Amino acid sequence: MLTVESLKKSYDDTSGRSAKRKSDQGTRVYAVGGVDFEVHEGELFTLLGPSGCGKTTTLRAVAGLERPTEGRVTLGGTVLFDSDHGVNVHANRRGLGMVFQSYAIWPHLSVFKNVSFPLEVMPRAKRPGRKEIEDRVGQALEVTELGAYSSRPATKLSGGQQQRLALARALVTRPDLMLLDEPLSNLDAKLRESMRFELKRLQRELNLTAIYVTHDQSEALVMSNRIAVMNKGRIEQIGKPREIYTKPATRFVAEFIGTSNFMEAKVVSVTGDEVAVDTAQGRLLARGVEAPPAAGDTVLISVRPECVDLSRERRGDVPNEWAGTVLTRAFMGDVVDHIVGVGDLEIRNRSNPNLSIAPGTEVYFSVPPDKVTLVPVD
Amino acid sequence: MTLASTSTTSRDDDPASRPGPAPRPGENKPVDRLLRLLRRPLSFQGLLVGVAVVVVGYLALVPLGYLVHDTFLGSGGSGVSLDAFARAYGGNSQAGQMLLNSLWFAVGSAALALTLGTALAYVQVRTDTPFKGLFFAASLVPLIVPGILYSTSWIFLGDPSTGLLNSLLFKPLFGSSPINIYSVWGMIWVQGLHLAPVTFLLMVAAFRAMDPSLEESAAMSGASRLTVLRRITVPLLRPAMISAALLMFVQSLESFEVPGLLGLQNGIYVFTSRIYFVLRAYPIDYGAAGAYAIGLLVIAAMGVLLSGWLQRSSRNFQTVGGKAFRPRPVELGRARPYVGAGVILYFLVTVILPVGVLVYASLLKYYTAPTSKTLGRLTLDNYRAVFTMPLAFTALKNSLIVGIGAATAVMFLAAIVAWVVLRTKAPGRRVLDLLAFTPIVIPGLVLGLALSFVYLRMPLPIYGTLLILLISYCTRYLPYGMRYASSAMAQMSPELEESAAVSGASWFQTFRRVLLPLMSGGILAGWVYILVVSFRELSSTILLYSPGKEVLSVLIWEQFENGQFTTLAALGVCMVALLVLLVSVAYRLGARFGLQSDSAN
Repeated sequence: MLTVESLKKSYDDTSGRSAKRKSDQGTRVYAVGGVDFEVHEGELFTLLGPSGCGKTTTLRAVAGLERPTEGRVTLGGTVLFDSDHGVNVHANRRGLGMVFQSYAIWPHLSVFKNVSFPLEVMPRAKRPGRKEIEDRVGQALEVTELGAYSSRPATKLSGGQQQRLALARALVTRPDLMLLDEPLSNLDAKLRESMRFELKRLQRELNLTAIYVTHDQSEALVMSNRIAVMNKGRIEQIGKPREIYTKPATRFVAEFIGTSNFMEAKVVSVTGDEVAVDTAQGRLLARGVEAPPAAGDTVLISVRPECVDLSRERRGDVPNEWAGTVLTRAFMGDVVDHIVGVGDLEIRNRSNPNLSIAPGTEVYFSVPPDKVTLVPVD
Repeated sequence: MTLASTSTTSRDDDPASRPGPAPRPGENKPVDRLLRLLRRPLSFQGLLVGVAVVVVGYLALVPLGYLVHDTFLGSGGSGVSLDAFARAYGGNSQAGQMLLNSLWFAVGSAALALTLGTALAYVQVRTDTPFKGLFFAASLVPLIVPGILYSTSWIFLGDPSTGLLNSLLFKPLFGSSPINIYSVWGMIWVQGLHLAPVTFLLMVAAFRAMDPSLEESAAMSGASRLTVLRRITVPLLRPAMISAALLMFVQSLESFEVPGLLGLQNGIYVFTSRIYFVLRAYPIDYGAAGAYAIGLLVIAAMGVLLSGWLQRSSRNFQTVGGKAFRPRPVELGRARPYVGAGVILYFLVTVILPVGVLVYASLLKYYTAPTSKTLGRLTLDNYRAVFTMPLAFTALKNSLIVGIGAATAVMFLAAIVAWVVLRTKAPGRRVLDLLAFTPIVIPGLVLGLALSFVYLRMPLPIYGTLLILLISYCTRYLPYGMRYASSAMAQMSPELEESAAVSGASWFQTFRRVLLPLMSGGILAGWVYILVVSFRELSSTILLYSPGKEVLSVLIWEQFENGQFTTLAALGVCMVALLVLLVSVAYRLGARFGLQSDSAN
């Protein structure tokens, strides 16, 4: 539905022309350095990454609020931006809905007027009548559970209500594509969690197509159909939340999403999708490896702490079982972490809080082969 | 320039900053607290507070008291009467005409300044216009070119017969001289241009405080650029714009330089020039002057109060507060060169042209349009005349004495008052804050008149000395000094003082060794600022100086009255050079403390 092709945006340029001239000299720094992705109808597509990774710039380029240096943006059959053909549809002609991080609720207007604004500024030919405006605003407010606040000044709403108002305003024109720029980041932790499900429910019920920008990995995992993990202006991996988490394509993705144990290793043998590797502390077996490397390659092993099984006794009948010593333990309420030392390596384990092993205890731990992820060395 | 008094900032809510014993139940009534305070042994701190109250009260209230007393009771003293008002406003149509001119002039200037200032601020903050550096260079004009010089420059440019614009531009091109600077429109033009940088700075602050995503979300909603401007930007900035407009209105109403130089020639009177005229006529009708002054004071006070009220109420418009917004300038695209040209034109007309013509005039024997002949006869004679003029050195010396004296006294007083207001729970500190803020509503000319009422009567030999100028400047600039001192004070955490106290330092040791050093940057910036504005002060000085006690601004005024335009220009160039020096020092010092320009003439 939305296609973004080799989108680039360089720093501190003020017009496309001057940027191009400077990029010829090869000294430009890019905020977004060539991004490609596609958003399918009815999906919530997330751009995830740390601050300064270019996710917001990418979103604003799709919105038309920022002029990309290069690239092509197509929505449905319409070209919104094309640097080669000098096409740049102005933001107000793109027909998108957008929710801003600050909500950008107009403080001088009432709740109703905030939502009716997009309908009122439509070109005369398309503008709905007064009655229809009232109906559609009513609907949008109903969906976001703000029906009772219609005549209030917008500033008299709480944070969560303002957030929903921003959503209602973006929904009221029934745009083909919704852009959500960190919409939950200004809410407190409790509210943020409930709004995640609320947003996801709305998106599913109304069958919205949306691009969602966030730096919060758990938010991204909960809400998205697909995630693009961005770093330094580039996309590191695009995939479903589970893929991103269990099969990180790069070290950055593995580090950024959740926590991980990393080990350098050398590939010893490859049989089908089974790969045996040697680490400094011993041999590991990985199963279900897509695109297996060749024997002799150096790879990075990533193991999630919750995939490490910890026990006081040697089990013997499981692969990848190592011996070690508990160095520290950290109780976090719903989970407990044990750091286990193996030689000079520290392995983090995360388990049910019932388990509690005192530091200094000799333990055994194992990793199921299908939980061992191979990441190419950058 | 925010005119909100420090009492609107409620940092003093912090109970931790309360010195002295905590109030026990039943002792909370102000009277009780006051009594308790009086019963306490007299401390250095208490003494200081007491002295501050007396000095500030004296500066702010005594002149106003005398003004009201002398106007209503007359110097003859036969009960309250409105005779003075009848003489001033009744009988002829002149008063009506004057009122009309005053309002026309003030409204026109405010409108011009607001339009220019807002447009410039929008372009500066919200677009990717070229030459952004020029905006702030232009915004320095009211600081470094005093009103009296700016008006003179425009006389050189817009005089119907000798003005360069007429003789070089319109006469050859269109065969007529349409520009007449000696008209209300001319006055509005000069005053409006002189004030535009002040509105510019106010509106830049307003634009920066506004979340740009408010406009972006309107664009995303499908609104065109014009619709966004009309339905989002302007309504959101309306409180700031009205407040700025009111301030410009008051500033114009209080301005004496522009109406004095441009209006008096053709008998166009406004309040200020009327007061001046009445006091220069014989016999002097002090009552009538006082009646005009009170009229002006009332209108000015209403404007300031209304503007302060609007500024406070406009805070309701903040949704997500305390965030620094990422600047996301609108790309002008094809309009960029035209906007850039506009910026250059603005800079040319408001800075280069007036300053250039002043320099040009200072090099001539008598003022005339440049031809190959006059350009060949440029001379430094005027500068020679200025440097050999004995009065010039006296005036410079007097300006320095009064300026440095006023700056020192004001900043010392302001530091103490700011401390009392922000850091203590002393009873009456709000009154003290209000008192220190009061002089901002008193027009310079009104203050001059009121002070002459006070000291003509007083047996102490103050009238006719430099001391009266010092008192006048201290009064006028106390509110500005307060702004610097209280912002410097507010930047400091009360815990710094508390930790000094816990470490065993006495109050005075804390003040001297912790507070003063930490505030010194802000205090110094305020000190230089007051020195700068003192150099330009004319409107109260003109009623208070006596022969032999001239200051620089008065000397310039005298050159104008004697028709010595080229000497005036040379003197002006020297003064501008001096002010450029002072202002650049002030900027270097004040960068951290938000040095703001204003146009207190």
